[in-house]
Amino acid sequence: MTVLDTDLRPAEPPRYVMFWRRYRRNRAALLGLILFTLVILMAAIAGIVDSGDPLRRAGPPLTAPFIDASIPLGTDQLGRNILSQLFYGARISLLVGVVATLISILIGIVIGAISGYFGGWVDDLLMRITEAFQTIPNFVLLLTLVAILGSKIEWITFAIGIVSWTAPARMVRAEFMSLRNREFVDAARNLGVSNSALIFKEILPNALPPIIVYASVIMAMAILLESALAFLGLGDPNYASWGNMIGQGRAVLRTAWYCSAIPGIAIVLTVLSFSLLGEGLNDAMNPRQKQ
Amino acid sequence: MNTQTAPILEIKDLKISLPKGADRPFALQGLNLTVRPGEIVCMVGESGSGKSLSAGAIMRLLPEPHVSVADGSITFEGEDILSKTENEMRALRGNRISMIFQEPMTALNPQKTVGWQMDEVLKLHLNASRKERYERAIEMLGQVHIPDPESAYNAYPHQISGGQRQRVMIAMALSLSPKLVIADEPTTALDVTTQLQILKLIRELQQKDGAGVLFITHDFGVVAEIADHVIVLRKGEVVEQGSADQVLNTPNHPYTQALIASVPDLQPPAPKPLTSLPVVLKGTGLKKTFTARGGLLSGKRKAVAAVKDLSFQLHQGETLGVVGESGSGKTTVSRLVTRLLDADSGAVEVDDTDLLACTPPELRAMRKHIQMVFQDPMASLNPRKRVVDIIAQGPIVHGEDPEKARARARDLLELVELSPAAANRFPHEFSGGQRQRIGIARALAMEPKVIVADEPVSALDVSVQAQVLKLLADLRDRMNLSLLFVTHDLRVAAQLCDRIIVMQRGEIVESGFTADVFAAPQHPYTKNLLSSIPGRSWTPPVRKIDAA
Repeated sequence: MTVLDTDLRPAEPPRYVMFWRRYRRNRAALLGLILFTLVILMAAIAGIVDSGDPLRRAGPPLTAPFIDASIPLGTDQLGRNILSQLFYGARISLLVGVVATLISILIGIVIGAISGYFGGWVDDLLMRITEAFQTIPNFVLLLTLVAILGSKIEWITFAIGIVSWTAPARMVRAEFMSLRNREFVDAARNLGVSNSALIFKEILPNALPPIIVYASVIMAMAILLESALAFLGLGDPNYASWGNMIGQGRAVLRTAWYCSAIPGIAIVLTVLSFSLLGEGLNDAMNPRQKQ
Repeated sequence: MNTQTAPILEIKDLKISLPKGADRPFALQGLNLTVRPGEIVCMVGESGSGKSLSAGAIMRLLPEPHVSVADGSITFEGEDILSKTENEMRALRGNRISMIFQEPMTALNPQKTVGWQMDEVLKLHLNASRKERYERAIEMLGQVHIPDPESAYNAYPHQISGGQRQRVMIAMALSLSPKLVIADEPTTALDVTTQLQILKLIRELQQKDGAGVLFITHDFGVVAEIADHVIVLRKGEVVEQGSADQVLNTPNHPYTQALIASVPDLQPPAPKPLTSLPVVLKGTGLKKTFTARGGLLSGKRKAVAAVKDLSFQLHQGETLGVVGESGSGKTTVSRLVTRLLDADSGAVEVDDTDLLACTPPELRAMRKHIQMVFQDPMASLNPRKRVVDIIAQGPIVHGEDPEKARARARDLLELVELSPAAANRFPHEFSGGQRQRIGIARALAMEPKVIVADEPVSALDVSVQAQVLKLLADLRDRMNLSLLFVTHDLRVAAQLCDRIIVMQRGEIVESGFTADVFAAPQHPYTKNLLSSIPGRSWTPPVRKIDAA
């Protein structure tokens, strides 16, 4: 009788199939995906809903929702259409969220990877810089940067990216520190693979899943930061953004609550969709963590 | 043995079900087992055979509801265990049934002293004053032959050695004089010399108390050392049981025969004449000291010398074994030779080029001459890469055309006896032995002059181990490879190595032809190592050639 070890197990289905199977097990994550798709749809069809400038006067100021069919969600104190502002605001929120997240993750990966891979004085230096950033409260730093750079939407996005890279950097560093001593890294080094290839081709793909999950958190945070800025009147006045809407609606909060409540709900649902999405991604990408 | 006495533990037709989607519906099927007082019953099987789960079932510690007892009965001293409430079980566990775990480091709480943990067990089950409990704990520590029990009582787990921790675990398990001791691979994590002492200790204490022992192991050497009665499990089914003598020397079931035939015997190969062969790898005066890096303001911590002045030569086509216990520096040697670690001083010459003097680009080019097979088949393959890319990576880095390299990777898979269908899969889809084959193929892809193998089979089951060793030996002979083979397992070393170096605390204490060293060891440390091989007095029965 033989106990041969060379027979293969049956093949697994492709990776994306496995991924989707694990993702859909989490009902809340599915809800998050639906909400997220809705926000994307809103941003995509904003031009169809209202082909004009969303900041133009569309009707009598402070019309309540569900009164006039041409302005279903009413108007604010300047007579601007809340519905079309909401749709165009989705564009701004997504743009700010995605770009700021990319900036912060990119900086985080580079700093964290170098720091975690090389260790020693490089690590010391980079981590002291990171700590310097961490000691300043996010929002205060953001206000300072916007005060210096000005409140154009590009600069706001950039500034949000700059204030939120520290957490991903520490995370990437921790992943790298545990992965760099794995045997597969030694094996690749022993094949003559260079340091940069080791960092980006061998270790990084293995370090990515928790970072991607965390990106959803940053995305939610970026949207909130932009709204907070706009609420303080520091947002870009040339664009309809949810934060701007709330900030301006604040003045008429007691008489026309819907001016701030409607964009408020949009922000809540969008941020919620990101965190649910993140949770689903976590279940799907780190299946062993939770069983 | 005294077969007339009433059994302590009786298991009848035990069936343990696994959750849906597992590789089989039942982890254990129809297990019948009896443990009598003063008897050591060994449950042997490879990983996944269900042996640890049966221990869990007796302790009622199965991960329910996913895994649960589906059928059968477990009777302990005439009482049905399966119908007991959780509270009744708590009174039983640790008191009348106790367990010794595999990993003494994780089974002890690192935050509490040894004494605190022993006291806790006594406090829970014994109605005794603090002073009596203290005396009992000290007495038990003395019984397990821990030098200076009082200081061990106050020590934290990390302050005592691995062997001592396992002794503490045994002292804890036996401190309430249980009727049944379940030992789940209690010596697997230990060095051979410690292992032998622990096995003797379990034997001695058990004979004194007359307890029954259910001993779970995968190692037939250990079985030969300690068992009265043996049960062989395979994928949840009992394939054979009987007295130790009967199972070990006249196994009936083909699976048992194959398993026993996989145990490497202690017959080293005949020495090869070496004088005519060229030297391919030469180490001279290698030294490595590890200094722990202190914080910004704290001073440097004490340095540990891992390798002190090591020199050796490896000839073309030869296999040189580096043998030693944990902490002997043998793994450090493998890393120094491949320059994955930088040595403090010394030289490693491959083809008359000193690897340690190379600049980084030169080193990268030199790396193709010296390749490595790693210990942990789980960790040594990048989980995000397909097998074909893992194998072809080296040649591609060294400038081979990617298409050609991949085609050759597929050929190499065949060479290590894997199906070409494996090429497009990811490492997690393979078993440990298969991954190790992939690791070997990766090393071969570079057509190296020397292969350094760092414990390549220590994480594998015996039957798989035998196959991988056979493959290595085959490839070596066919391709005239030179191997530097690092291992802690003397049986494995005896199988494969032409010459061996015995290391202790970073120094070579003995070297020579394997056959000579095994036949007439000179150094006391080597003698001790050789006499500690479990089951060394047992020679496996005539092996069947078709086993592998």
